[in-house]
Amino acid sequence: MTAADIALILTAMLGGAMRVSTPFIFVALGETLTEKSGRINLGLEGTLVLGAMIGYAISYQTGSPWLGVLAAGCSGMLLGLIHGVICSLPRVNDIAVGISMMSLGTGLAFFFGKPYIQPSAPRLQSLEFGGWASNPAIKSALEINPLFIVGIVTAFIMWWGLANTKLGLILRMTGDSEPAARAMGINPIKVRVVATVLGGFLAGVGGAFLSLSYPGSWNEGLSSGQGLMAVALVIFARWNPLRCIVAALLFGAAGAIGPALQSVGISQGYYFFNAAPYILTLIIMISTARSTTAAREAPGELSIIK
Amino acid sequence: MKTIDSYTAALPPRHRRSSVTFTSDRWRTTSEGVIIAFVALLTSGLLFSLFLLLLGKNPMQFFALIWQGGFGSSFSLQNSLQRAAPLILTGLAFAIPAKIGMTMIGAEGALVLGGFSSAAVAIPLVSTHQPVVPTMMIMALTGILTGALWTGFAGWLKYKRGVNETISTLLLTYIAIAIMNFFVEGLLRDPASKNKASTMPIGQDYMVGLMPGMDVHWGLVVGVVFAVALHVLMTRTTFGFAVRISGGNVRAALAQGLPVGKLILTCSAIAGMCAGLAGYFEVAAIQGQANASLAARYGFTGILVSFLARHNALAVIPVAIMFGAISAAGGLIQRRMDMPDATALVLQGIIFVVLLASETVYGRFAMFQPKLETAR
Repeated sequence: MTAADIALILTAMLGGAMRVSTPFIFVALGETLTEKSGRINLGLEGTLVLGAMIGYAISYQTGSPWLGVLAAGCSGMLLGLIHGVICSLPRVNDIAVGISMMSLGTGLAFFFGKPYIQPSAPRLQSLEFGGWASNPAIKSALEINPLFIVGIVTAFIMWWGLANTKLGLILRMTGDSEPAARAMGINPIKVRVVATVLGGFLAGVGGAFLSLSYPGSWNEGLSSGQGLMAVALVIFARWNPLRCIVAALLFGAAGAIGPALQSVGISQGYYFFNAAPYILTLIIMISTARSTTAAREAPGELSIIK
Repeated sequence: MKTIDSYTAALPPRHRRSSVTFTSDRWRTTSEGVIIAFVALLTSGLLFSLFLLLLGKNPMQFFALIWQGGFGSSFSLQNSLQRAAPLILTGLAFAIPAKIGMTMIGAEGALVLGGFSSAAVAIPLVSTHQPVVPTMMIMALTGILTGALWTGFAGWLKYKRGVNETISTLLLTYIAIAIMNFFVEGLLRDPASKNKASTMPIGQDYMVGLMPGMDVHWGLVVGVVFAVALHVLMTRTTFGFAVRISGGNVRAALAQGLPVGKLILTCSAIAGMCAGLAGYFEVAAIQGQANASLAARYGFTGILVSFLARHNALAVIPVAIMFGAISAAGGLIQRRMDMPDATALVLQGIIFVVLLASETVYGRFAMFQPKLETAR
C-alpha cells in the first residue's frame, strides 16, 4: 500500500464518515431528547425504517425530496405518539414497548414499501464544496448533503435550548426527578409524550436521509441497527447534543472503513469491516458501563441506567 | 435437587396454606394471564381488521385464509408445525432470561451462528464420510455450544460490567450475521453455489429426517421436550426458584446469598443453547447448508411468542404453533388477497404493541387476585 493509497482511503473515510453519520446524528438527537425526559425509546430503529420508506415514497409521488423528508418526520411523530401514550400507562415497560414498536415500524415499512423497491425517486441534491479541488476523490468527499448541515445546526440549537430555555429546564427536570417536576406543577406524562413525539420526528428525518441520499434507494435491508446503535451512542455522548455529533462521526467513520477499502480495490474482509460499527458500539458500551461520570450525567429517571 | 415443597414443608403450620386454596389462587392468577392475553389478541385482531378495511381488503377473508392455510388441511397443519419448531426454541430463548429479569433479544444471532457453525463443522466430517449418527451429534452439539457461548457472552457482560443486555444482544446479532457472511462469501463458500453463496451441502444422508408418517422434522419433538424440561427446571427445582427470586428482587436474592451472577450466566447460556439448536435444525433439516436464509426472523418472532406466552415455557408451545400457522398461511394470503409477505409482520407488530399495552390492566380485576389473607 502506497502513501497515495492511504491518503485516498482517508479521504474516502472522511467523506464516508459525513455521509454515514448523518442518520446517526438525527436518531441520536431524537433519542437524546426522549431520554432527557426520563424515558427510553428503543423503537427508533422501526421509526428509521418507516421514515426511509415514507420519505422515498412521498419523494417519488410528489417529485419533491424535501416533502419526503417532512413526511418521514411526520411518520416518526406518529410512531413516537403511539410509544409515548402506551408508555404512559401504568405498569408498562418502556424497553419492551420499544422492541414492539421496532417490529411494528419495520412491518409497516415493508408492507407499504413493496411497490417502491423498483422505481427511482428524486434524491436530495448534495452541496458541492469541492469545486476548487482537481482530485476527484476530494471532490466526492466534499459533496455534503444539506441534511448533514441541518443535523449539526439542530444539535447546536438543542444544546443551547436545553441549557438556556424554560422548555429545556422543564425537560431536564422531568428526566431527573419526577417528584420535583410534579411539585413545580409540571405534568411529567405530557412532557414525556411530547419529547417522544419530537424525538420520533428527528429519527424519521434520519430515515429519510438513508433512502433519499446515502445509500439513496429504498430496500428492506436499508437500515441495519443504526436506530439501536444510536441508543448506545447517546449513552457514550452522555446526553449532550454536541458530543452526539462527535460520536456520530466516529460511528460514521467506522461504517465507512469497508467501502473506503473497497474503493482502492481491497475487497477482502468486506463483510468483516461491515461489522465494525457494531463492534465499536459494543466496545464503547463495555468501557462506559458502570462509569461514574456517565452515571452522574444520566437523567435520573432513566430505566436503562438504573 | 430439592423441590419448593420441601421448603414450605419446613414452615410453621400457619404459614402453610391448605392445598385447595393454593390451587385456586394459582388458578386465579393463571386465568388472569390467559384471559388478558386472549382479549389482547382479539383487540389486535379488530385493529388489524380496521387496517385491512382501510386498504379495501376483506378481514373475514383474511382470517378465514389464516385458518385454512394454517390448520385447514393435514398439509397446512404440518406446514404450521414445521414452522413452529424453531419458534418454540427461539421463544424459550427469550423466556428463560426473562425469568431472571433480562430482556435478551439476540436469539436471531445465536440461531444464525449456531446453524452456521454446525454446517461448518460438518464440512470435514461429511467430505471424509464419517459415520452418520456421530456426525449429526457433533453438528448439533456444535450449534448448541456456539449459541450458548454467544449469548452467554452477553450474560457475562451484563453481570461483570453491567452492560445493558438488550442492546448488546442485538448488536451481537448483527455481528453474528456479519461473521456468517464473511465465511460464507469467502473461505467456506461452496464453489457450486452460484447465485446464493452457501457452505457445502451436508448431503441427504446427514440431514435430520422427518417423523414417521408426517412431513414434520424431528426438531418439533426436540422443541417440545426442551419446553417441558425447561418448564420443570423453572417451576420445580431450587435452581428455578432461585432464578425467579433473583428476577423478582435482585437485592433480596443477593441478601439471601444467591449466586446471582452464576444464575444470569446460566440463564443466558440456556437461551443461547435453545437458539443454537434451532439453528442446527434449520441447517440440518431444512436448508441442508448455511446461507443468508438462516436469518429468517425466527429469532425476532420468538420474542413475541414468549411475551404472549407470558414467558411460561409450556405456553410457548401453543403460541409458537399459532405463529407458525400465521407464517404458513402467508403464501396463500399473498396469492388470494394480493398482499405482500410483510402482512404477517404488520399483524405481529400490532399484536405485540397491544399485548404490551395490556400489561397495564393486570391486577385491576378483583376476581383474579389471590385471597391469601382469608386462607390463613
